Amino acid sequence: MPFLRVLKEALTSIFSNKLRSFLTVLGIVIGVGAVIGMLSIGAGASESILGQIESIGTNSIYVMRGGQDDGGTPKHLTLTDAEALSNRLRAPHILRVSPVMTSQASFTLGDNSLQTSVFGSYSGYADVTGVEMAEGNYISDTDVNTRSAVVVIGPDLAERLLGRSSGVVGSMIRLNDFPYRVVGVTKAVGGTQFSNPDMQAYMPITTMQMRVVRQTVPDSVQYIIIQAQDAQSIQLAIDEAQQVLRETHRLTPRQANDFTLTNQEDILDIANSITNILTILLAGIAGISLLVGGIGIMNIMLVTVTERTNEIGLRKALGARKADILQQFLTESALLSLIGGVLGIGLGWVLALIVGAVARNTGAPLVPVVQLEAVLLATLFATLVGVFFGWYPARQAANLEPVDALRYE
Amino acid sequence: MTEENAGPVIKIRDLTKVFHLGGDNDVHALRRVSLDIFPGELVAIMGPSGSGKSTLMNIIGCLDSPTGGDYYLDGIKVSDLVDDELAVVRNKKIGFIFQKYNLLARANAVENVELPLRYSDDPSNMTERAKEMLDLVGLSDRLDHKPNELSGGQQQRVAVARALVNHPAIILADEPTGNLDSVSGQEVMDLLLKLNHDKGTTIVVVTHDQDVANQAQRTIRLFDGKIVEGEVG
Repeated sequence: MPFLRVLKEALTSIFSNKLRSFLTVLGIVIGVGAVIGMLSIGAGASESILGQIESIGTNSIYVMRGGQDDGGTPKHLTLTDAEALSNRLRAPHILRVSPVMTSQASFTLGDNSLQTSVFGSYSGYADVTGVEMAEGNYISDTDVNTRSAVVVIGPDLAERLLGRSSGVVGSMIRLNDFPYRVVGVTKAVGGTQFSNPDMQAYMPITTMQMRVVRQTVPDSVQYIIIQAQDAQSIQLAIDEAQQVLRETHRLTPRQANDFTLTNQEDILDIANSITNILTILLAGIAGISLLVGGIGIMNIMLVTVTERTNEIGLRKALGARKADILQQFLTESALLSLIGGVLGIGLGWVLALIVGAVARNTGAPLVPVVQLEAVLLATLFATLVGVFFGWYPARQAANLEPVDALRYE
Repeated sequence: MTEENAGPVIKIRDLTKVFHLGGDNDVHALRRVSLDIFPGELVAIMGPSGSGKSTLMNIIGCLDSPTGGDYYLDGIKVSDLVDDELAVVRNKKIGFIFQKYNLLARANAVENVELPLRYSDDPSNMTERAKEMLDLVGLSDRLDHKPNELSGGQQQRVAVARALVNHPAIILADEPTGNLDSVSGQEVMDLLLKLNHDKGTTIVVVTHDQDVANQAQRTIRLFDGKIVEGEVG
């Protein structure tokens, strides 16, 4: 029989009982919808996370306190470590070193008061992390050396505290009840789900150590960002940094590192492997939901074959071969499943749009991405499920004896 | 498709059919039946239930295979064929008319008549050919009607059109008037008689209605799996 005719017959059969067909494919609809929705939200999240990691800069290396496997108390990282790493003779492939401290602090102007995070570092921090200025200047070396009471603030923080985000250089604000002069405002970059840089503040690390963070170990910093000369020298810079830090921490050759060096690539690897695990998890859920949906289709196709036994007998009497009957019922179940898949893609799309709208309203930077691959894969899988679970009922139909089928009441 | 030969269109020799119901419980539905039906004949097959009448009809219709003996339909030795070959023979050589019409409820009259053409090796101009046949049975004003929009007599006439559309060697009608009132039943019988008379269509009617059988040129009676009247050759 011409395939178009087969398709038309299958469609007629499916649409002749709309409610039943709809209930039959509901499992597939919900399964595919959930998968498409979750995949697009996952893709949006991973895009946002990866983008943030990439903004760290490819040449950056993070130095954290503590090694991989020490049970004791690891030495703190200090400004002395940072100075040692800055020594061109000991570490020729290191371009910049930025020791960093972060803390929550309360900012006050008049009756306005709010808590936000403040970063203390050297002047090079802006270059390393890609902070750009909208007005004024970033913290200078002089500010660091003289422990000046100066602060660079984000535009949102300026807006909330001073009522405006421009023309605020020179304003005085209070930070933990101590007065600071605003020397610059950063460019607005928009928030991310971890933090909102536009709400942050920056100050000289020396000032921070003196006034903001209560220190148990003198000169200690939370982490150090190292920038390598270029992308090619990252590994050399890591080796040099390790050598320098082992010396300043006076580690014997038997002792393991009491610090950890991580570059952007490592973080990307971790993020990617998390994303991959998530994808496998989603694929598993997709598999289970499609399995359940497929069983639903198989069940209803078996019922259909029984109901249409007479029709099958008639078709055989009129000259239909086994292959014709097989094709008819396989087409019907595949089409049923495909329709379910398409409806499911629509449902997933709507789900992604809703999540995107909610994220936009709450300020989370999550833009769900409905990927073409996911849509194609869902369509393909839904159809395959229909063929796979339709096979047994279709064979039952094809193998009916015409005499018995015609006589069936 | 019907070859103009003088020989019988149906030639049955020593046909037996045994149903094994398990154990030693065998039912001999047909016992060495021999039978010839010639082109252009209108033959009625009669017999009480259990006589083997349905079994004979199923074998003539290539819906069932005999246990022993030979069956030639239009020169083809059907008793040797396998399932899919039988399907082709059914499609080309036999037009079925059933007691309950057996129309597809979802399809209209034209689509129902088209059905045998869809399974044939020449599905060209299906719609035109189907319309032609519906015209022949006097239903050219009911082309788009679904079975539930037609009377019983009209439905059976659609079934007759469907049986004719492939120009088969024989029309096999199983109680064609069994579900109809006497007027509609006679209309269908008149139609079959007209086809037989005007076009020389070979028609085999299985019935238990003596009035129907009386309109045939020959009546074959079966009893206990044997032909007791009307055997030729």
